[in-house]
Amino acid sequence: MTAALPLGPTPAVSTARVPLLRRLVRNPTGVVALVWLVLIVLAAVLAPLLAPHDPATASARDVLAPPGGAYPLGADSSGRDILSRLLFASRVSLTGAATTVVVAAALGISAGLIAGYHGRRFESVASWVASLIMSLNAVVVLLAVRSVLGPSMVGAMAVFGVLIAPAFYRVVAAAVSGVRHELYVDAARVAGLSDSRIIARHVLTVVRAPAIILAAGIAGIAIAISAGLDFLGLGDPGRPSWGGMLNAAFGVIYRAPLQLLWPSAAIGLTCIALVLLGNALRDELERSAGPAPRRRRGRTAAAVTVATEPVVVHEEPVGARGGDLLRIQSLSVGYDQPDGSVTTVVRDVSFTVRRGEVHGLIGESGSGKTQTAWSILRLLPPGGRIVGGTIEFEDADLASASNRQMTALRGAKIAYVPQEPMSNLDPAFTIGHQLTEPLRLTLGIGAAEARERALALLTRVGIPDPPRTYAAYPHQISGGMAQRVLIAGAVSCNPDLLIADEPTTALDVTVQAEVLDLLRDLRAEFDMGVLLVTHDLGVVADLCDRVSVMRAGRIVETGPTRSLFADPRHEYTRALFDAVLEDGPARGPLIDTDPTTTADTATATQGARP
Amino acid sequence: MLRFVLRRLAAGVVLVVVIAVATFFLLHAAGGDIGRRILGQTASAETVQFKNQQLGLDQPLLSQFGHWLSGAVRGDLGTSWFSGQPVVDAITSRTAVTLSLVIGATLVTAVIAVLLGVLAAQRGGWVDRVVQLASVLGTAVPGFLVAIGLVLVFAIDLGWFEPTGYTSLSDSAGGWLAAITLPVLALSIGSIASVTQQVRGAMLDALRQDWVRTLRSRGLPESRVVYEHVLRNAAGPALSVLAVQFIALIGGAIFVETIFAIPGLGQVAVGATSQGDIPLVLGLVIAVSLLVVVVNLVVDLLQGWLNPKVRRA
Repeated sequence: MTAALPLGPTPAVSTARVPLLRRLVRNPTGVVALVWLVLIVLAAVLAPLLAPHDPATASARDVLAPPGGAYPLGADSSGRDILSRLLFASRVSLTGAATTVVVAAALGISAGLIAGYHGRRFESVASWVASLIMSLNAVVVLLAVRSVLGPSMVGAMAVFGVLIAPAFYRVVAAAVSGVRHELYVDAARVAGLSDSRIIARHVLTVVRAPAIILAAGIAGIAIAISAGLDFLGLGDPGRPSWGGMLNAAFGVIYRAPLQLLWPSAAIGLTCIALVLLGNALRDELERSAGPAPRRRRGRTAAAVTVATEPVVVHEEPVGARGGDLLRIQSLSVGYDQPDGSVTTVVRDVSFTVRRGEVHGLIGESGSGKTQTAWSILRLLPPGGRIVGGTIEFEDADLASASNRQMTALRGAKIAYVPQEPMSNLDPAFTIGHQLTEPLRLTLGIGAAEARERALALLTRVGIPDPPRTYAAYPHQISGGMAQRVLIAGAVSCNPDLLIADEPTTALDVTVQAEVLDLLRDLRAEFDMGVLLVTHDLGVVADLCDRVSVMRAGRIVETGPTRSLFADPRHEYTRALFDAVLEDGPARGPLIDTDPTTTADTATATQGARP
Repeated sequence: MLRFVLRRLAAGVVLVVVIAVATFFLLHAAGGDIGRRILGQTASAETVQFKNQQLGLDQPLLSQFGHWLSGAVRGDLGTSWFSGQPVVDAITSRTAVTLSLVIGATLVTAVIAVLLGVLAAQRGGWVDRVVQLASVLGTAVPGFLVAIGLVLVFAIDLGWFEPTGYTSLSDSAGGWLAAITLPVLALSIGSIASVTQQVRGAMLDALRQDWVRTLRSRGLPESRVVYEHVLRNAAGPALSVLAVQFIALIGGAIFVETIFAIPGLGQVAVGATSQGDIPLVLGLVIAVSLLVVVVNLVVDLLQGWLNPKVRRA
């Protein structure tokens, strides 16, 4: 328990010149911890001046004297002054901790620098040694050392430093190999700086912060270990130590339990202070390491303020088929910020999806397409929420539906096909399990029937060997296969609305066309409405009945695909088409080599200018 | 699968041999007049010399090692210099006690740490902050302080448990449970704190994955997503930490056994260490290394079961 290595997450701190101490002073926990540690150091240094008594002088008359009078904290079972012994004992703890930290840092940091900077052979040997040392039980090794060296605290703590050095080694090696290939290190090398100069100037600055945090943690463990060895009676009985005092007090636990308090407080508070100090350092460094909240997709776009302008709406052709399946009105999506404000990423979006039609939602990355799609499913990332508008679906407003209602709708009525196939299957379960689980839960069918249906679905989406894929884990199939599996999963419960978020973007071009064909066929087969999010005009031309163009969180133009492609009125829509046309000739030779791309581009061009 | 197990087992055997050889030479290199230490200052020079001869300490170090090794491969680790008891007997008779503490603490840790870690990751907010603060304090405070605190409160003040002593499981199940409750609790606090942090982090990592959204989009209830899928994915990293904790708990047991006067390996270890009983210390080091190898093998197998990608590797 006391010997556990501090292998918790160490931050990848990259800020080079952080005034560590100044940052720490601003952190309240850090200040308290620092003040306590400074007091302990002062107590150790000034012990001869501060101590009211000689720590070794025993007075038989004052055995277990209560606190007060000549003995501010009382006297121990031999009649020695507890306060004086505590003050002197802090020297043992601090020198022990310092020994461990210095030995561990010297070994671990130098090995880590060599392994990280020069790499290869040294690294594999050093890593093997590190994992060997870490599989040793520190306490048992220290006891073995004690049986040879006798009660030498410095010796034992130096050995403990060796045992815990792998912690330094790992942190440093990882940090250095991360920085080794940075451009500024290459630049320094090209500029003719020697390796040692580069290490001193660039690499050490990267390593410094994580090493200091680790040193605080290791110092805490070292103090616990040295006190523990003294407590077991394995330390030098000739000099006062916190652990030894604890041992003496434990012996009189029935007669004078208060005696336990002083050494316990000294050990416990010092260990806590060191851990809290490390945590405070980490917090401060993480806070300064970059813009604190990571920006999600779509947020950057919202920063662009777009003047409110009317949406360009194209006329519907007479006799448009199907009733409205999904009607979104004035939808706005926002993310709560740490300062209490809300960043809007989708504003005032309205469009409808009809039964049996494919509605394309097109726009550049960050225009809010995906955010819109997720808000229909009510599966926005943490912090995101619908801040305005309605999402009408089958007489219900999804914007205000309860979580339970949404769970019942998802899968059964509204399904979702994600963009990145490989990251959207749970790696720990087989494909079959991931297909049958929703079937059984949503449709309430038995295991055998679910398996049969899942196999039929796999066959339907064009998986060559369904039983094999059924039994496979996600890492055993290709991206194209995974996307087919995800489409099979989406349509498995016969949904009315399918939301496909760039379903072909992550796939090879040859596979893209097949997946689009599959979606087209399934749409007809299941009579679903499909909301297809894409940035590819070719896909829109190929598949969509109607299309809405999004930009910076708003819809700028919407209407039947044919009409919009024939006469794009908004300047942004026109710019999208121009981008395709201008790119055409430049990519010429590339496109010729691949028939599928040519076909796609041709469709797009034809659609754009018939 | 079998090849995987055999390879890990071979690596484990190499580890134990390396540790045993290194420990043998380190312990013996220190030298000192062992006969004198055993017999005390009053013994005559002749009896001391006779004692050294008897123990084979007058032989060259290499031949001592050869002698020890030939015994060790046959399962004979020699006899204690002080009690004369065979080392293997001294250790095996105490192992069950220590293991019941360590395994008990591991189980308690696994259950509580998973509960707390999942709770903190799923709920967030103040629940998360309380769990995080508690686990920072739990890792910071040394286990022997926790043990002393528990004795003071639950045994001496409240009188719910006997402060010291041990009843073996075969004598009385209830007595055994009462005897190991406080020690197991004392051992567990620190490891619960470490493992909770790991479970929380692994849960948060898994919750951020894309497939969580896709599972939710399939209509799976939130509880199913979290407890079946996310937890299964978070279990691997948590198990690794639990294994590290198991090794650390063996060390922690030495302190806890001393405080609660439990006749386990810890008592043997402290006694052998302060006397310099080298055969016994050597035997203990080997026993603990073997335990570590077994635990690591079990953890590797469990990892393979949890993570299909490891299985084929």
